[in-house]
Amino acid sequence: MMPADQMKEFLLLAPEILLASAGLLLLLFGTVGRGLGNKEASVVSLVSLALTTGVLLRVEERLEWRRFVLLDGTFVIDGFSFFWKVLVLLATAMTILISYRFIEEGRYRAAEFYSLLLLATSGMMFMASGYTLLTIWIGLETMALASYILAGYFKREVRSNEAALKYFVLGALSSGILLYGISLLYGATGTVQLQELAERLGTVSGDAANLVALGWILLAAGLFFKVSAAPFHVWTPDVYVGAPTPVTAWLAAASKAASFAILVRILYEGLAPVAVDWQWIVAIVASASMIWGNLAALGQENVKRMLAYSSIGHAGYVLLGVLAVPVDEHSLGLWPVLFYLLTYTFVTMGAFGTVILLERREYAGEVAADYAGLSRRAPFLAAMMLFFLLALTGIPPTGGFVGKVYLFAAAVQAGWTWVAVIGVLTSAVSLYYYFRLVVNMYLRDSTQATPAPLQSRALVAVIAFCALATLVLGLMPGPFIRFAEQSVSASQLLLSSR
Amino acid sequence: MFENIPILSILCYLPLLGAIPILWMRDPATVRKYATGVVVVDFVLSLPLWFAFDRDGALFQFIEGPYEWIPAIGVSYHFGIDGMALLLVLLTTLLGVLAFLSSWSAIHNREKEYYFFLLMLQTGMLGVFMAMDFFLFYVFWEVMLVPMYFLIGIWGGARKLYAAIKFFLYTLAGSVLMLLGILALYFYNSTGLLGWAGLGNAPTFSILQFHDIGASIPPDLQFWIFLAFFVGFAIKVPMFPFHTWLPDAHVEAPTAGSVILAGVLLKMGTYGFIRFSLPILPAATMKLLPWMAVLSIIGIVYGALVAMAQKDMKKLVAYSSVSHLGFVMLGLFALNGPGLNGAILQMINHGLSTGALFLLVGIVYERRHTRAIAEYGGISQVMPVYAIIFLIITMSSIGLPALNGFIGEFTILVGAFNRAWWWALFAALGIVLGAAYMLWMYQRVFFGPLTNPENKDLKDLSGRELAYLMPLVLLCFWIGLYPRPFFRVLEKPVGYLISKVDPSLSAAADQVAGTPVPATAPTVGE
Repeated sequence: MMPADQMKEFLLLAPEILLASAGLLLLLFGTVGRGLGNKEASVVSLVSLALTTGVLLRVEERLEWRRFVLLDGTFVIDGFSFFWKVLVLLATAMTILISYRFIEEGRYRAAEFYSLLLLATSGMMFMASGYTLLTIWIGLETMALASYILAGYFKREVRSNEAALKYFVLGALSSGILLYGISLLYGATGTVQLQELAERLGTVSGDAANLVALGWILLAAGLFFKVSAAPFHVWTPDVYVGAPTPVTAWLAAASKAASFAILVRILYEGLAPVAVDWQWIVAIVASASMIWGNLAALGQENVKRMLAYSSIGHAGYVLLGVLAVPVDEHSLGLWPVLFYLLTYTFVTMGAFGTVILLERREYAGEVAADYAGLSRRAPFLAAMMLFFLLALTGIPPTGGFVGKVYLFAAAVQAGWTWVAVIGVLTSAVSLYYYFRLVVNMYLRDSTQATPAPLQSRALVAVIAFCALATLVLGLMPGPFIRFAEQSVSASQLLLSSR
Repeated sequence: MFENIPILSILCYLPLLGAIPILWMRDPATVRKYATGVVVVDFVLSLPLWFAFDRDGALFQFIEGPYEWIPAIGVSYHFGIDGMALLLVLLTTLLGVLAFLSSWSAIHNREKEYYFFLLMLQTGMLGVFMAMDFFLFYVFWEVMLVPMYFLIGIWGGARKLYAAIKFFLYTLAGSVLMLLGILALYFYNSTGLLGWAGLGNAPTFSILQFHDIGASIPPDLQFWIFLAFFVGFAIKVPMFPFHTWLPDAHVEAPTAGSVILAGVLLKMGTYGFIRFSLPILPAATMKLLPWMAVLSIIGIVYGALVAMAQKDMKKLVAYSSVSHLGFVMLGLFALNGPGLNGAILQMINHGLSTGALFLLVGIVYERRHTRAIAEYGGISQVMPVYAIIFLIITMSSIGLPALNGFIGEFTILVGAFNRAWWWALFAALGIVLGAAYMLWMYQRVFFGPLTNPENKDLKDLSGRELAYLMPLVLLCFWIGLYPRPFFRVLEKPVGYLISKVDPSLSAAADQVAGTPVPATAPTVGE
C-alpha cells in the first residue's frame, strides 16, 4: 500500500488522534509549574471533546455509513464504531461536568484528572475501531491504565487507594488472561486480525482445535471481566465504592460501553464460527450476572455499592441482547444492546450525579439513611433520583423500560426464553432494593441534620439533561432505535448480517 | 358527537396535566379544592360518552389513531372503548371524584404530593381501559403502580412500608411475565418464534389484530401465553392463591386508596382476562377452564370464610373482595352470555358497593381512629343516617333483590349453571356465606346497646359525606331496579367475545333465542 494512501487512512482516525493529543498536551501544560486551574482545565477538556465530536461527525458524514477497513486491516471505521464513539464522548463530557465541583471540594489537582479522562477516552475510541485483537488490546490497556489511576485519584483516602490497588491487580490479571487467550488463538491460526481469524477458525482441526477452544474461552473470560459480568465481577463493588464518584459514574457508563463494544466486536466477528458454543457461555454468564447482581444488591446499605451490584445485573441484561444472534432477516438483532447502553449511560450518569450532589467532601452521604426525607429537603433532586431508579427497574415511561423490553424481546425471538424469564424475574426483584432508596427519600423523615446538597449548576444541568433524555428515550424512542439499528446494519458484522 | 375531538385522550391526560400546577401551589386548602375540581371536570366530561355511545354502532367507538408511535417496532398510539370499557371508564371517573372528596378530611400531611399522585393514578387507570394497543396498555398498566405505591406507602397505616412494597412487587412480578406473553404474541403475529413459524403480518401490538389471529395460534403456544397472562392478571384480580397482597394493601391504604384499589384497580385483572386471555387464546381458555373454575370457587369460599373471622372492618371488606372477585371470575369462565354479562356488570357493582363500604368504614375511622368491630356496637342510635346507608350498601353487597348485587350475582349464577351445575352450587354457597359475614358485622357494629362510652358523641354524616355517598346509593338502586341500559351497552362486547372464544355457543345461543344467526361476527372499529 502506498504511503500516500496510508496518510489518507490516518485521516479517518483523526478524531482519536486529536483527542489523544489534547490529553497529552493538557498533561504537559496543565501540570508544569503552576499548571492549569480546575476551571481552565475543564474548559480545555470540554472544548477538545467538542472538537473531537465535530471531527468525528464530519468523518462520518463523508463516509455516509460506509465501512472502511484501514491500515492493513488493523482498524475498522463503521456505523458500529461510530455509535460507541459518540456514546463514550458524550459520557466523558458529562463526567467532566459532574466532576467540576467535586474536584474543587476534594482539593485535588484538576489537570491530571481531566487529561487522564481524555486519554482513557481516546483508548475507548480505539477499542471501538480496533479490528485486530492486538489493536483492541492496546486500546483497552490505554483505557485501563488511566482508569486505575483515576480510581485512586483521592490519594489521601484509604478507600480510594484500596479501590485503585484492587482494580489494578485484578485488571492486570484479566488483561493477562485476555492476552494469553489471544496468543493461543494466534498460535493456532496464525492471525490476530478478526476477519482472518473468523475465516481460519472454521478450518482448524486436531490439536489446534483444542488450542482454539482454550484460546477463545480465555479471551471471553477476560472480556466478561471488563464488562463486570458474574462470576468475573468481584472487583466491581469495591472499585465502584472506593473510586471518586464521578469516576465511578464514568466507569459504569463509558468504560462499560466501550467494553461491550469490543465484546460484541470480537464475538460477532472474530469468533463468529464458534457462535453456537459461545452462546451457551454467554447465556450462563448472563443468567449468573442477573441473579447474582440483583440478589447481592438486596443487602447493600451503601448506595454506591448497591448501584455497583445493580450494574452487574445490568451487564447481564445487556448480555441477553448479545445472546440474541440473528437467525433470519426478521430478527431484531443487536440494536437493543446499543439502545440499552445508550439509555443506561444517561440513567447511570444521572443516578451517580445525584449521589455526588449529596456527598460532602469525600464520602459522606453515601449511606441509604442519608437519603431519609430527601423529598422534603430537596424535592427536585428526590424526584430526579426516583425517575432514574424507575428507569433502572425498567418501568415506563422511561428509556429503561423500552430498552429492557427489546432486550427481552430479542432473547425470546432468538429462542433463549429461559434466560429472558430469569431476566424479567430478577428485574422485578431489583425493584426491592431500588425502592429502599425511594422509601428513604419519600416515606421516612430525616433523622439527622444533613447538610444541603452541593451547589453546582453544571451538575444539576447534567442531572436534568439525563432525566430529560431518559424520558425522551422512553416516550419517543423511534429516532434512537433507528440510529442504533442503522449503526448495526451498516456495519455488516459477520453474525448480525445473516 | 365527538367526531373531531380526541375526547378519550382529553379524559385520560386531563388529570395528569391538571396535576402539574399543583407543584407550584402552597396552600393545602387550595390544592385540595383545585385537585377535586380537576377530577370533577374530568367526570363531567366523561358523562357525554354514555349518551354519545352508539349501542348499535361499531364495537369500539371514539377511536383515536392508530398513530405511529414507535414505528421501528410497530407500536402505535391507539385509543378506543367498547361498551365494557365505557362502563369502566365512567366508574373510574366517578369513583375518582368520590375518592378525592373523601380525602378532604382524611389527609392532613403532605397534601400536595397526595393529590398529585392521586391525579397521576387517575390518568394511568383511564389509559389502561382506553388503550387498543397492547404496548400502550402495558405502559399505562405499569405507570399506575408508582402512584399507588406512594399512596399506600406515605399515607397508609402502621405497616405501610411493608404493604406498599408487597403490593408493588407482586404486581410487578406478574406484569413482567405478562410482558413476555405479549412479546410472544407479537412475534407469532409477525416473524415467528421458538420454532413456530410466524404469520408474517406487519409487526404490530394492535389488540384487534391479536383478536383476529387468536384462533390460529397453535394450542401449545396459547397455553404458555395464557399462563404468562394468567400470572399478571390473576395477581391483580386477585385470584386465590395470589391474593395475599390484597388484605395488606387494603388495610394499610388510606380510604381513598382503598376505594380506588377495590373499585378500579382490581377490575383491571378481570378486564385483562376479558380483553386479552379469552378472545386471543380461546383454545387455552377452553383447556384450562376447569382449573380456572376451581380457583375461582376456592376464592369465593375461602375469601368468605376468612372474612367471617375478621375483627377489623376494613380487613373484612378486603377479604369480601376476594370472594366477590371470585364470583366475577366464575362468571367469566362460564363463557356464555349470562355469565359474561353478569361478570362485567358485577365488576361495576363491586366497584360501587365495595367502594361505598370502604368510604363508610373510613368515615367512622376518621371519627374514632379504630376499625375494630369490637370497639363499636349500637351506633345506629347515634348515627341513624349512617346506619341506613350502611344497611343499603350491605344489602347491595350481599345481593338483595332491588339492589345491584342481586342482578349481577343472579346472572352469574345462571351462566355458571349453564356451564356446570356444581359451579352454581358452590357459588350459591358463597352468597350464603357473604350474607352471613356482612350481616353479622352489621349486627355487631350497629345493633345492641351502646356500650362503649367513646361512641356516645359520634357525629352523624356531614353534608359532604352524604354528598359523596348518595351517587353510589342511587346507582345501586338504578342497576338493581332497571339494569337494562347496562346490559344493552354490553350486548355487543359480549356477543363479540363469545364469537371469539366459543363460536359454536354463540350460534347455538342465537338460535335458542330465536334470532337469526348473524352471517359474520360483529364489525369491529368504525
